Amino acid sequence: MVFKLHKRETRRGTLTQKQMNSQFNQTEHQAKRRPLRFRKWKDKLVRLFSIFSITLAVGGMAWILFTVISNGLSVIDFKFLTQPSKPYGIPDNGIANALIGTLLITLGAAALSVPPAIAGGIYLSEFGKYSKVGHFIRFSANVMMGIPSVIVGLFVYIILVIPTGSFSGFAGSVALAIIMFPLVMRTTEDMLAMVPYTLRESALALGMTRARTTLCIVARAAKNGLLTGILLGLARVSGETAPLLFTALFSDSWPTEFFSQPTANMPVLITEYATNSPFEEMHAAGWGAALIITLVVLLINIFTRIMFRTRHAK
Amino acid sequence: MFATDNIFKTICLICAGLVGLLMIGFFVQLALSSVGAWKEFGLSFLWSSEWDPVDEKFGALPSIIGTLLTTFIALVIALPLSFVSAFYLVDLPGAIGKILSQALDLLATIPSIIYGMWGLFILAPVMQTHVQPFMVDTLRLGKVPIVGRFLGEDYNGFGFFTAGLILALMILPYICAIMRDIFAMTPPMLRESAYGVGCTKWETAKDIVVRYGIRGLLGGVFIGLGRALGETMAVLFVIGNMTQMPSALFDSGTTIAATLANNFPEAAGIQQSVLFALGLILLIMSFGIQVFAQWYLNSTSAKRGEER
Amino acid sequence: MKKYLTSIALSIVAAISTYGADITLNGAGASFPAPVYQLWTYAYTQITPDVKVNYQSLGSGAGINQIKAGTVDFGGTDNPLTPEEQSEANLVQFPMLTGGVVLIVNLPELKSTELKLDQKTLSDIFLGNIKVWNDPAIAALNPEVKLSKTKITVVHRSDSSGTSFIFTDYLSKISPEWKEKVGTGAAVKWPVGIGGQKNPGVCNNVAKIKGSIGYTEYTYAVEAKLKCVTLKNKDGKFVAPTPKTFSASAAGADWENAKGYYMVLTDTEGEDSWPITGITYILIQKDAPDKEKQQALYKYFNWCLTSGANSASKLNYVPLPKNLVEKIQNDVLK
Repeated sequence: MVFKLHKRETRRGTLTQKQMNSQFNQTEHQAKRRPLRFRKWKDKLVRLFSIFSITLAVGGMAWILFTVISNGLSVIDFKFLTQPSKPYGIPDNGIANALIGTLLITLGAAALSVPPAIAGGIYLSEFGKYSKVGHFIRFSANVMMGIPSVIVGLFVYIILVIPTGSFSGFAGSVALAIIMFPLVMRTTEDMLAMVPYTLRESALALGMTRARTTLCIVARAAKNGLLTGILLGLARVSGETAPLLFTALFSDSWPTEFFSQPTANMPVLITEYATNSPFEEMHAAGWGAALIITLVVLLINIFTRIMFRTRHAK
Repeated sequence: MFATDNIFKTICLICAGLVGLLMIGFFVQLALSSVGAWKEFGLSFLWSSEWDPVDEKFGALPSIIGTLLTTFIALVIALPLSFVSAFYLVDLPGAIGKILSQALDLLATIPSIIYGMWGLFILAPVMQTHVQPFMVDTLRLGKVPIVGRFLGEDYNGFGFFTAGLILALMILPYICAIMRDIFAMTPPMLRESAYGVGCTKWETAKDIVVRYGIRGLLGGVFIGLGRALGETMAVLFVIGNMTQMPSALFDSGTTIAATLANNFPEAAGIQQSVLFALGLILLIMSFGIQVFAQWYLNSTSAKRGEER
Repeated sequence: MKKYLTSIALSIVAAISTYGADITLNGAGASFPAPVYQLWTYAYTQITPDVKVNYQSLGSGAGINQIKAGTVDFGGTDNPLTPEEQSEANLVQFPMLTGGVVLIVNLPELKSTELKLDQKTLSDIFLGNIKVWNDPAIAALNPEVKLSKTKITVVHRSDSSGTSFIFTDYLSKISPEWKEKVGTGAAVKWPVGIGGQKNPGVCNNVAKIKGSIGYTEYTYAVEAKLKCVTLKNKDGKFVAPTPKTFSASAAGADWENAKGYYMVLTDTEGEDSWPITGITYILIQKDAPDKEKQQALYKYFNWCLTSGANSASKLNYVPLPKNLVEKIQNDVLK
């Protein structure tokens, strides 16, 4: 029998302990067996449902991965990975320029966002832990992390593409940097906060300035965690499509004019090939590209998990 | 004391403050760019369901309702599933539990365009040839009184239902991960006492753990909600791209993000500022959700550990 | 480690900056001619050492927008600008190709061009008045074919499209009901159906949805192996879409009196004319500041109009007649 210890709410109002006890004695005979069996069945049912839902979730992932692998694997070969993309009808289609373009755009995003993000994270964890400003900044960072990426793309289109008069890989980097910035800042703060205070105290006791302490001692101790945060941020933004649609667009040539011309990149290539082309060969190439980018993102995530775990074990 | 320390602190403060600046910048820029639309249509833009590019009459209602509907479907499907999955995962023996949890976490990192492609090439045809006929003809769900009317007679694999399914699959790992953490963080004593008086596992989860961790759970729900609200690529491919008011589940429609992505490259003049106005609405919606979520999470961050 | 990274970074930057000496011509716009435009840009880039050309298929509306904003060097559109619009935006417009807009259907039991539709049934389908394939009106036109009771799903464009402009112009000409209810335009309020992004989007949707009907450019239908529909033209004859019927329709075009080359070729007369033929245009800025780029642009278009005609025909487009090409070369590309 289950009964809550202090009060029980029934349709007729709240009963006190005394009233409950009398009720308990009254209904004991009729209620003895059925509720228990009923509850056991309910529990079993929910457990079944939970197995079903986990199967659904993991099964869904497996289905998606299986689709990507089976459709994309047949297209990938050495030529595919080293030839630039070509319009429909020309042989030897490849994704090399898109791969390099994504690499450049992501690296550019990292270069733009990582230094300020780490500095910001340092502020939050070292100086702004309990201050009002710190709270507000932390709050803003969390909010910024939830902004839809299409809005970021629009924003950068207005402030960069229109004034300069051209789409560019650089504008794409800026858009991705805006997405990465709060992410890396928050993970930096979390990682730095995990460094034990004793390290800081010892350094300060030796007469080091706070700047030196933070940069040379604390950051170094949290090096692995910081790198994890940066890598996770990179993995997250390398798959973002919507911002790049408005900023970097796409091009069939090698990304040699990164700052002034549309730059080839993987997500937009996938969109182009899969939906902007009715031809089967292009669809297959799109699947191949999708497989590559999924693998890259998954590998980065698995790698950081292993790295992070080893650090904890120490 | 040291001059360098002050400089260092100021530099760090400026960098951190960039975040706040950006946030304000977004609002300002979108508001400025959408002034034309607000002037032209006024506040009635929010509840007008016109979308006539020829006559240049636009309204935000179809997009807003579409966004809300797909998010609602996604949550209705994802919440029970993730709650129950988290409840089960937490008690699984070591290796299997770890592997499944890691698998779900990795699911969260798959780029959204992959979901979109999968939805377009695999799910939508499956929906059209198997699932939707099954629901309409075999199960005769359309004949169920009151509710059946909302199912829809015309189906073609695209539409709100398919989009909602894909969104559910996308936000499920997020919500599941947070719920799993909540379950794990409940003091063992609380759960043991419940077992001690004879609660079944499900009753413990339903009555004890949920009440204890309700704030954290809601925080997780809001994060999933925010993600679903702004999702562009996964929805764009399967929603059918009709700027019309939804009247049935299987109807095609649009969401704010999809309308933006579809129409922006070619919008000019008043249509462009209309799109910015839509962007502003979306920004306000997701901002509101995030603020709400942050408020909840801030109250429970001590209980759930430092990770989030 | 640090040194290593910096040297890599420096070499990447160096590689990027030294290559900037090339002239890059960027174009964007209609998906109608995109298959051949992209072939041309690729081929031209290969044969010209210091010029790169690039064309993004974004849709006619986007093309017009981008060239007006100056974010691209040339725009492609099948939705022609009137002479007033051209001078207002300081743009020059000239035709490049002729192609056909065809109806595509997803009916597994039929072969391509087996289905016949006339003006009334076509407009009724797109107005939503005819809802199933075995409707008596359609059956009457197709006595030898067994049509099933499948629902008709109309697929149209969800973006601003020159192809839509050509198609709705035709529908307005043949159906007063359409003209009154919907009208002509690059983006209209379609009474029924779902939307696809650009021509490939419509093709993809039709390919995936059984019982669907959509409209697209002929090359897409051929290369994506979609089934076409035979239509009744103005002279009352049922014609199938082929380059022959497109050129028959384009043959009667009066270019002498077309100011600003504005021309719409729908519902033309002629026994073999395809009723929904379209011309696709290029838009360039009238007085671009960069003279070197302007010259490179003119050279590119001269090449397209002359040497590119071959690959255009291979892809089932109809190149412009010789005298028109000469007119354009003398008028515009000097």
